[in-house]
Order: sequence, then C-alpha cells, then structure tokens
Amino acid sequence: MILQVEGVGKQFGGLQALLDVTFDLPAGQILGLIGPNGAGKTTLFNCINGVYAPSAGRVIFRGEDVTASKTYDMAHRGLARTHQIVRPLNELTVRENVTVGACFGREGHTLGKASQIADEVLAFVELSDRHDQLAGSLNVGQKKRLEMARALAAQPYLLLLDEVLAGLNPSEISRMVDIVKRIRDERSVTIIMIEHVMHAVMNVSDRIIVLDYGEQIAEGSPEEVANNPKVIEAYLGDPELAEQLLNE
Amino acid sequence: MDFILASVIDGLLLGFVYGVAAMGLTLIWGVMNVINLSHGPIIALGMFGVYLIFGAFSLNPYVAILIVAVLGLVLGVAIYYVAVQRVINAPHLSTLLATFSVNMIIIGLGTAIFSASPRNVEFSLGSLTLGPITLLGTRVVAAFAAMLVAGALYLFLYRTRYGRYIRAVANNRDAAELMGVPSNRILALSFGLGTMLAAIAGGLIATFFPFTILAGGAYELKSFVIGVLGGLGNPIGALFGGLILGVLEGIIPTFMPTTWVPVVEFLLFVLILLVRPQGLFGAKS
Amino acid sequence: MSENKVAAPAKKLRFMPQLAGRPYLGLSLTLAVIVIMILWPLVTGKDITRETVFTILLSVTLASSLNILLGYTGYVSFGHVVFFGLGGYVGFYLLAIQGWSLWMAMLAGGLSSALLAYLLGRAILRLRGAYFALATIGINEAMRAFINNFKPFGGPIGMTLNFQVYRDYGGASQALWMVFYTMGALTLLAVTVSFFVRTSKFGLGLLAIREDEDAAEVMGVVAPKAKTWAYVLSAIFPGIIGVLFFFKNGSIEPAPAFRLHFSIETIVMVMLGGQGTVLGPVVGSGLYQGIRGYLLTSAIFKNIQLAVAGGLLLLIVLFVPDGVIGWLRHRFPFLRRVLQ
Ligand SMILES: Nc1ncnc2c1ncn2[C@@H]1O[C@H](COP(=O)(O)OP(=O)(O)OP(=O)(O)O)[C@@H](O)[C@H]1O
Ligand SMILES: [Mg+2]
Repeated sequence: MILQVEGVGKQFGGLQALLDVTFDLPAGQILGLIGPNGAGKTTLFNCINGVYAPSAGRVIFRGEDVTASKTYDMAHRGLARTHQIVRPLNELTVRENVTVGACFGREGHTLGKASQIADEVLAFVELSDRHDQLAGSLNVGQKKRLEMARALAAQPYLLLLDEVLAGLNPSEISRMVDIVKRIRDERSVTIIMIEHVMHAVMNVSDRIIVLDYGEQIAEGSPEEVANNPKVIEAYLGDPELAEQLLNE
Repeated sequence: MDFILASVIDGLLLGFVYGVAAMGLTLIWGVMNVINLSHGPIIALGMFGVYLIFGAFSLNPYVAILIVAVLGLVLGVAIYYVAVQRVINAPHLSTLLATFSVNMIIIGLGTAIFSASPRNVEFSLGSLTLGPITLLGTRVVAAFAAMLVAGALYLFLYRTRYGRYIRAVANNRDAAELMGVPSNRILALSFGLGTMLAAIAGGLIATFFPFTILAGGAYELKSFVIGVLGGLGNPIGALFGGLILGVLEGIIPTFMPTTWVPVVEFLLFVLILLVRPQGLFGAKS
Repeated sequence: MSENKVAAPAKKLRFMPQLAGRPYLGLSLTLAVIVIMILWPLVTGKDITRETVFTILLSVTLASSLNILLGYTGYVSFGHVVFFGLGGYVGFYLLAIQGWSLWMAMLAGGLSSALLAYLLGRAILRLRGAYFALATIGINEAMRAFINNFKPFGGPIGMTLNFQVYRDYGGASQALWMVFYTMGALTLLAVTVSFFVRTSKFGLGLLAIREDEDAAEVMGVVAPKAKTWAYVLSAIFPGIIGVLFFFKNGSIEPAPAFRLHFSIETIVMVMLGGQGTVLGPVVGSGLYQGIRGYLLTSAIFKNIQLAVAGGLLLLIVLFVPDGVIGWLRHRFPFLRRVLQ
C-alpha cells in the first residue's frame, strides 16, 4: 500500500468537513475522488499532504505515519499535488517554476540536473514552447499543465490532482486525460484525482471514492459507483428524481 | 501611594489622546490594509494647525481643533487620491513607501517653513485639585475631548449610512462593491477620517506639550504599539490600547528609570505581534 | 519520450544564462562598475571624491544585503538598520574599550548581527506582509532604547575612539584611505554573494517563497529554514560595515546607529534600482546618492531636498515600481543576460 487513510476527520469550527474517511491505495492505481461541491474533496487532499492537520485519524504514506506532517516533508517523502485554484509563481518563468519542483521535491536535485528534468517534463505536458515566458502570462489551460509539470518534476511516488480538467475545453480535456494515463503507465506514479468531469474520471480511474458532506458514501469500480443510488442521490440532491432516473 | 495614583491618572488622561491618534492609524489599516507612514507628520501638522490658528486669530484652541479636523479630513482624502489609490492593491511595500514619501514631503516642507525649533501654544486652563492629586486643566479637557471624538466615531461607524459602507468595505471590498457601495470613495473617506483623527490628536497634544515639526514621529510609533495592543484594524480596541499605554507610561517610571519606558513598550509590541497578532481584545484569528 | 530527451540538453543552455556561453557576464559588468567607482578618487586625487564614493559604496553594500531579504525573499524589513547599529556597537566596543584590532572587531560585528538575525528570524519570520515590517520597526526601536540604557556601551552618550588608535593604521589620513579600500573590497564581496545567492538553488527557493510561500512549501521548499538563512545573510554585511563606518566616524551614539530613516533610505535605493536583481541595488544606490547630492547642493532645492526626494520616491512607487533595471529587463528582454 502506498497510502492508507484511517478514519480521517476534519472540523472547521462548527463545520464537519470530513468524517471518518478510510481507504487504502495500492501502488500503480488511479483513484478517482468525486462528490458534489463542498463535499470535502480538497480538504481531504489538504489533510493528506499536510496543509491541515486532521482533527481525527491517521495518514500512513509508504508505511510511515505522516499524520500532520509539514507540507515540505511530504514533498520530500515523494508526494506531489496540484491546486484546484492554480498557484503559479507568477514572476518566474515557466521553466523556473518547474525547476523549483525538481530542485526541492523527492530527489532534491541540483540546479543543473533540475533544469534538465524541467525541460523533459515540459515536453511531456506539451509546454516546451512556453518555457521562457513568465508563468503569470499563461492562460488557464496552460497554468493547469504548469501545475502538473511542477508536480511531476518532483518525481513523486504519489500525485494528487485537484480538478486539473476544470475550465478546459473538450480538446484540452482529452489531451489532459491522455497525459494522466501516461503518467501512470510510463512513470509508474500512483494518482488520486479529484474530478467533476464524469466521463473523464470514469474513463481513467481504476477505482472511485465518493464523498458527500464529508462522508464516504460509496467506493468501488467506476461501473459500481455509477449505478449506486446513493451516489446519484448525492449528486441530484433529490431522492425521487434520482429514483426516476434509475428506473429509466 | 498618592504619587503612583497621580501618575496613573495622568497617564490615563494622556492615554485617551494617544488612543485617538492610534484610532486613526488602525481605522486606515482595518479598512484598506495600509500602514500609514505619514501618520506622524500629520499629527505634527495638527499641532502646527492649532498653533497657527491660535497665534493668528487668537481663537480658542478647541475651536481651532475643529478647523484642524476639517483640514485633516480634506488632506487625507487628497493623500488617498494622489498617493494611495493607485497602489491600493499592490504589495505592502508599495503602500508603505507611498505613504512614507508623503511623510518625507510633509517633513521636508515643514522643516523648510517652520524650522526644527520647538513651539508651544501659550494657553492654560489652570489646574484641578482633587484631594492629594493635581491635574493640568488642558489635559483633563483633552481627555474629555478624546472621549467625545471616540464616541462620535463609534456613532458614525455604527449609526450612519456611510459608517455602514465603511464597515462593509472593510469586511469585504468586492462584496461591498457588488452591493453598490462606491468603494473607492469610501476608501478615500476612510483615509480622510484616519488622518482627521491624527490631526485632532496632534491638536490636543499641542495644548499641553511643546512640539516641533518632527514631534509626530514619537506619537506615530506609539500609535503602532497601541494599534497592535488593541488589535490592528479595531478602532475601539485602539482606545483601550491607548489607555494601557498611558497607564504604563505613568507607572513604569515609579519603579525604574524613565528611559526604560520605550524598551518595555517596544518589547511588548513585538511580543504581542508574535503571540497575539489579533490584539489583546481581538477574537478573530 | 526519447525525442524529448534528446532535445533537452540544447535547450538547457538557454536556461540560467550564467551557466551558458558567457557565464558571469552580468556579475562581471556589475563588479566592473564598482571597481571603476573605487578607482575614481585616485583619478581625481580629491578627498571629497573619496568621501562621496565611500557613501555610495556603503549604500551599495547595505542595499545589496537588504535585497537578499527584500528582493529575493519578499520580506520587507523596515528596521534593517538594527544590524548596522548593533554590529557597529559591538565592534566599536571591542575596538575602543577592549583594544581589539579593526579586523577582529569587524568580524565580531558581522557575527553578532548574524546571530541576532538568526535568533530573531526563528521568531518574527513567521509574520507576513505588513506585520513583519512592523515587527522589524519594533525591534529596531527596542534595541535603540535598550542601548540608550546600556552602561557598558556608554548609554545615551555612546563611545568615542581614542585618536591614538588611528596610529596603528598609519595615522588618521592614511587610515581614511585604508577604510575606503576596505569598504570597496566589502562592496565587491557583498555584490558577489548577492549574485551567487540569486543564481543558486537556495536563491531559487527564496524566489519561490517570494512568489507564493505556501505553494513553495508544498513543492518542498523548507521555507522557515530558507528565510532564516536569507535573513542571516542579509544581516552580516550591515554588521561588518557598521564597525567600519563608526571606526571612521570616531564615535558612536544610539540615534545615528539605529536611525529608522536610514533603513527606509536603503529600501528606496533597492526599489529605485530594481528589487530582486543583482545590479538593481548597485544602480539604485548610485542614483539615489547622486540625486541626493545634487539636491543638497542645488540653490533651489537645498532647503526642500527632503520634500523633493519624497516626491521622486512617490513617482517611482506609483509609476516605475520595478525600478530602473526591472523596467529595462521588462522593456528589452534581450538585455536580461547582462542586466541580472
Ligand atoms: N479553511 C477552511 N475554513 C473553513 N471552512 C473550510 C475551509 N476549507 C474548506 N472549508 C469548508 O469545508 C467544506 C469542504 O470544502 P472543500 O473545499 O474540501 O470541498 P470540495 O469537495 O473540494 O468542493 P469543490 O468541488 O467545490 O472544490 C466546504 O463547506 C468549505 O466551505
Ligand atoms: Mg475542491
């Protein structure tokens, strides 16, 4: 198991954002994480990579208890992530952004080696032609790919992708889906992917977990999850409508 | 014992005036996240305003302070439009330097016009004796005036339309704008109110202390300390912060040399920034 | 995949220009400018030129040091003069009272400032934005007030140097030249350090912190450690030259040693030239001192020089926030290789 999440909960004041989330993730899988807006998906990422300390439960990464570690410790241990709202280092060039990932990530490369990796990763996400541009001047789709490149440059064992498809047009989506698959296949990186674009996440995931109001309401293969009435209810918020849809 | 009591009361009276100065600083911070580094020179301008009006027209200094207040408001609005508006969303360094450049302009012109020699307003209200304690009349009146100003500010912020606008903009500028609040004009008004409070505080201080054009600097630093004590952005907290500082200044010299007062003040300042950046009374994290 | 790997090395050369064909062009240019300044008094042979250049070199050193924190890391230290003052005081005490040599005193001054920065950094670098700026002001004022009360350092009166001390350095006038060249050497060193920080992995981490500290940490930059070392590095040279400055001055007092205005002037120089670039603080210091010198001697502006300087600062902050070098780099991208 590369990651074990055991009974993780997170409370913000009176709001229970996560409650008793538990799952294991074997190496080499793509795990889809879905759920309506505000379900706690991003919060779960934040609890795994150390942005927040969970209020309950444990996170075990590659056999070690890493609950409430610092984010940079998690990076050094081989975990990388993208942000739902992109966070480019605006005044640095695209290549410098990616070099930061390689320099300070799992391998902690020297500047020379890191810039080499940056070039390779930029080619992989098809951003090579932008390498000299300031990151702040990219468009949304390019910034998403930059986030991805930075995370990949760290050469992580586990990659957390937070809505990398949001805001992209259909052709960009299929390019990105292709990239995600290749990350797993060619680089043997395990992936957890938060996504609202259903057909995409159903297509790439080996397994899917569904969160609703902070609780894990379903888990299984894409087909199982797609046919689970609880899931449909959570998404539609109306049991009758859900039932109607199911009957069709 | 009487001696300590007298120092405490004297410190309290002064604390009200410090509080008004700090309210100006903290109001501006609270509404627009700008540390106004021209705060000190504006306090000094308030002093000189009262001095000049009193000297030229022999007006009662307290009437002069009313005029100074209006001028302070106008000056603040002008400073906002000229120096602050353009960098209001830029990194902190920009607003710090923009307001510092205003500081340099005021001090530069002020020194050229008034020189750096000390002045004082030749005005006295005698003194008040309560049992063993003797208080200077001007200080007592200044403390009452400061309470009045603080009360008026409170009423303005909580009972008037523009006060509500200011609080809305302080809370969330974008949301306020969506609801139709003219946020840029409200920011200008808030900056003007902040400088008005500084000018009033300067005017009150001028009625009992001698001063030079550079005198505002010390009160600016005190305003920082008080603002942090009371929680930056919290005008009512600033009034209490002023009282705390005033009392400290009254008490400390009774058991250690006066020169240690600023050491204690600034260490307290840094300590509070580190352990309670929301101030002694603030709840929000 | 394989084709990408082949393509990579060729592109690598265009990254960090100093690693490519002409490695240290930007640095060489900057150092050349400083060397010319150091030699200038020899050309004119006038003491007044030496004094002017000394002031500029002092500013360049302070500005370049501050730039490591302000420009690279994005933390606004308003009270940076505390390191100049503290280093100056410690060194001066060792020189004047304990009879140490100037060199050892300078070393001690630099180390004590570095130590202060290290201890402070652990605490106050947690604060962000204006809160950090305010804390640095508070620390400078607390230190000034403390030294004012600290008897071994002479309290409010400060300390003076016995004139005899200069004899060890070949007499007063000889000592002035020696101080000047020492200053020059320190300036060259400070700018070189600034360059190597800017172009190193450590420096890349600092830039990442400046742009987005949380995101940088998520990528693995150990921000608390990196910031502390940036703070320490930015404190060493101010501490060393504090000793040199007050040695030349012959006396030290709390007010000039911890003058807040002096810090802010240094910030202005960094801004003027372009924060975050190696050349910026050098150009900014020269320009600032040039303008200041002109204003101070001009018949029209002499009396209102501070106000005019304030007006200029305002124009820069409002309209050229990237400074001269930043503006040039932005306007003429091909100059980036030279103007680092
Ligand atoms: N720092 C925080 N403080 C308080 N509440 C928070 C915080 N972060 C998230 N929340 C709340 O926790 C809940 C879960 O938020 P989260 O961002 O994890 O949802 P999400 O599943 O990622 O939603 P979306 O699909 O919209 O991104 C929301 O109600 C949100 O408002
Ligand atoms: Mg989310």
